[in-house]
Amino acid sequence: MKRILIFVLLILGLAALEAPGARAQGDSVTVIQNATILTVTRGTIENGSILIRNGRIAAVGKNVRVPQGATVIDATGQYVSPGIIDAHSHIAVDGGVNEGSIAVSSMVGIEEVLDPDDINLYRDLAGGVTTANVLHGSANPIGGKNAVIKLRWGKDAKGLLFEGAKPGIKFALGENPKRSNFTPPPGVPRRYPATRMGVMDVIRQAFTEAREYRKQWQQYRERVAAGKKNVLAPRRDLKLDTLVEILEGQRLVHAHCYRADEILQLIRLAEEFGFKITTFQHVLEGYKVAKEIAAHGAGASTFSDWWAYKVEAYDATPYNAALMTQKGVVVSINSDSAEEARHLNQEAAKTMKFGGLSETEALKLVTLNPAIQLQIADRVGSIEVGKDADLVIYDKHPLSVYSVPQMVLIDGLVYFDLKLDILQRAEIEKEKKALQEKEKKKDEKKEEKKEEKKPEEKKPETKPASGAASREEETR
Amino acid sequence: MPDWRVHGLRSLVALVLLVLLGVPAPLLHSAERPNQPPYFAIRGARIVPVSAPVIENGTVVIAHGLIVAVGTDVAIPPEAWVIEGKGLTVYPGLIDALTTLGAPAPPPGPTPASPQQAMQQAARQQISRGPEDRPATTPWENPASQLNTDDKRLDNWRRGGFTSVVTAPDRGIFPGQAALINLAGERPNDWVVKTPVGLRVNFSSPGGFWGFPGSLMGTFAYIKQVYLDTEHYGQAWSLYEAGPRGRERPPYDRALEPLREAKAKGWPVLIPATWAKEIQRALRLGERIGAPTVIYGAHQGYAAAEALAAKKVPVLVSLKWPEKAKDADPEAEEPLREMRFRDRAPSTPAALAKAGVKFAFYSDGLATPKDILKNAKKAIDAGLPAEAALRALTLNAAEIYGVGDRLGSIEPGKIANLTVTDGDLFEEKTKVKMVFIDGRKYEVREPSRPTEPPSVNLTGKWSLTVNTPQGPEERTAHLTMAEDGTLSGTVTGPRSTGTITSGWVSGNKFSFTVYIPMGPRTTEATYTGTVEGNKMSGTVSLEAFISDFTGARPQLEAAAAWLN
Repeated sequence: MKRILIFVLLILGLAALEAPGARAQGDSVTVIQNATILTVTRGTIENGSILIRNGRIAAVGKNVRVPQGATVIDATGQYVSPGIIDAHSHIAVDGGVNEGSIAVSSMVGIEEVLDPDDINLYRDLAGGVTTANVLHGSANPIGGKNAVIKLRWGKDAKGLLFEGAKPGIKFALGENPKRSNFTPPPGVPRRYPATRMGVMDVIRQAFTEAREYRKQWQQYRERVAAGKKNVLAPRRDLKLDTLVEILEGQRLVHAHCYRADEILQLIRLAEEFGFKITTFQHVLEGYKVAKEIAAHGAGASTFSDWWAYKVEAYDATPYNAALMTQKGVVVSINSDSAEEARHLNQEAAKTMKFGGLSETEALKLVTLNPAIQLQIADRVGSIEVGKDADLVIYDKHPLSVYSVPQMVLIDGLVYFDLKLDILQRAEIEKEKKALQEKEKKKDEKKEEKKEEKKPEEKKPETKPASGAASREEETR
Repeated sequence: MPDWRVHGLRSLVALVLLVLLGVPAPLLHSAERPNQPPYFAIRGARIVPVSAPVIENGTVVIAHGLIVAVGTDVAIPPEAWVIEGKGLTVYPGLIDALTTLGAPAPPPGPTPASPQQAMQQAARQQISRGPEDRPATTPWENPASQLNTDDKRLDNWRRGGFTSVVTAPDRGIFPGQAALINLAGERPNDWVVKTPVGLRVNFSSPGGFWGFPGSLMGTFAYIKQVYLDTEHYGQAWSLYEAGPRGRERPPYDRALEPLREAKAKGWPVLIPATWAKEIQRALRLGERIGAPTVIYGAHQGYAAAEALAAKKVPVLVSLKWPEKAKDADPEAEEPLREMRFRDRAPSTPAALAKAGVKFAFYSDGLATPKDILKNAKKAIDAGLPAEAALRALTLNAAEIYGVGDRLGSIEPGKIANLTVTDGDLFEEKTKVKMVFIDGRKYEVREPSRPTEPPSVNLTGKWSLTVNTPQGPEERTAHLTMAEDGTLSGTVTGPRSTGTITSGWVSGNKFSFTVYIPMGPRTTEATYTGTVEGNKMSGTVSLEAFISDFTGARPQLEAAAAWLN
């Protein structure tokens, strides 16, 4: 009894410590009430509630009891969906997304250059994106390592990382890797490869080398295990370390591709070396080889209706996502763009028109399916008890073009709140004005100092300057 | 007067010309005659030892290059040259904690015949196809071994009260080693206090799109790979040296040799980081490298002070505070982040001091020592105690580089590097009267100039046309003249912008000297001439080249705007 009393007191204490407003604390209790909940895996719940405890979903349903001290978010008339997952993003990267100088750049990694200050994090968050697969560019047959992040705006680079997400890498086939370095400056030899044949050859070479490297290390370990002394270890090679991880199934492969032939080629090559392609990215001709993609066990991440921007993207159709889905491929719709990421829900909705996917199937393309592809579906992608409370509250149905995210939660914390955002805009303007004034005053002080020193000089009339300033204000 | 000439006996002839032209000789050297006595005593001065409380009316005694006594009740040896210190303040010699002063200029390559050939040359130099090509990696470079004592800045810095600098090459991913040098000495070797004191790293991506690394992540991967290679290289050679017979000799690697030594001897690695996110990255990289880390730059250190304190990593704070771009688009909406950054950067030293992070200041390309002190004052205005600012220019720099036992404060037994001023160091009006370096006195004399007050005002924007050997060349001068005729401002040419380090107007005559950065090299140009209304004419001397120039000042822009 005493224990219960202490427990209650503790909870009351915690509740008292909570800051007012919607921004909840990680170790607290939040309830979203009276919402239409699109769970993705368990249908739609009208007038439902979601109980969030310690950043995880603790209960979902029509009859969720509100614990004492819980922060209540009233979502009457609103919709809740799982946080949007962007399976192909290039946001929040400092210093270039391509190490395009070499055909195999598996030593480089996005994680080391994540930019937590990139405003696109906030913009995409405001569009409902809670998780993104940040990929290296497509200049190389084998590109750099990826970083799966949560869009925890305000946290540092480490705080963005999706803890425990399996690491991955970018591959690229076709035009981009073959024509990167197409017109080098005079005197610089063109980078190999320059053809699709060359692209496959580079990948084959790299994995042949990686196998050899793995063997060297195995032999070294055996010799050390056998008690041999003074054995020099092989040179650690960061490029090959990554490829060995792929051979051993420790790293997911996300392969940029367009044409059916190159998709089949890469499947054969991967099967020959005994690894799997995790996802085909863009994959505009995926509908032609959907069965083969499904048989390999790969996912496909495509655009809704974007094509014809280059020759290899001609033979495309907006039915691609639906067709591949119907053949049993786990399909996602990605953005590949900081702008498009802001309305991935609408991109997904297009598959209802082109291919007749159901509401749930469409929503899956930007929630559960990318989660399955990134192997994080135990944590995110649907509204289920035990999963991370990564949620978007929309004013209208998320598959409607009129819907606008009102609030976005990650790990049960409100990272975006439209109302707060609107309030903050005024604050930001005020702060900007104040800083501008401060800077101007400093400049004026300098000017004054100079003026003091040369009293003979006539001061030019100040009228035109101030007139210009007031005009500027009017145009804002 | 011919348009231009190239002279064999450069400085001598230039000097003769200057004298003939009736132009006061620029200050060529402030060094006293070499046969100074080995004993000095400054008596009755205000002494700021940094490591101890201020001594009013104290005495410092110097013997054979060292400080031998400091205090109020100190015996002055009879053979000492006594300097009456009334009205003077004695500081430890100032240290600029990271520069390229005296770093040798890169050797000139073959002169390209055409721009296309120049591009080819540059491309060939830069092309690297992976870490094995060791791109932009020259860790064997050390300014101490090839000090360029002709660097004009050395003299400027010394006149501004600096007695020591840390100097390191700055181009490349591993540009080279840092050396701590004094700013005077008989032979170049005498200048060196300690070397190396660190190994500099940059996050440059020299390859562009064509060579490795061409991205920031490429540079990070490269640095990590180089350190792995260094470890492997060390193992390979240790095994080989232990029993070479019957063992294949490991290949020699010029780049890894100094890195191996650096690792073994624990040289600090100097890693650049301006923003808080970069500081976090640098801290992670430093841990990964496993060498003592020193972070340089740190303008957003105010947002990373706790992290730096937790890792006990010292910081070199750049005094080149961020400024709004002069040619910024007035219509562009500036992000709040940038505006906050500019506003708060000078509060970084205060934040670091509060968090207990050890930091020193460095000039980071500022043109004059006066600017260094002026910008240090901005840190004081933003909350840094003045004592802490002084420490950041003296003892902290010495301690970060492991020479706190011989430099950085006024204590018996330490090297006699002193800066003597006529007032508080951070007051704008204060003048450096003399410095002592290794116990030698260097008086700071203002360059002599005519005493007649100015009869014209040079303030304004001037368009200059210089008749160079290659033909006329346009330059723009922004000049500001003080009441007493002192000139300041900038001159922008087709290749770079230079800052005026000294200048005057007397009657309708003027002269000003511009410091011109040229990569790691620097040079000075002196403009001399007369003004009539909004026209000027005269000569400009650049090393041994002398050219004519004319200038015109368009109507004041503000007035023009009013007329419109």
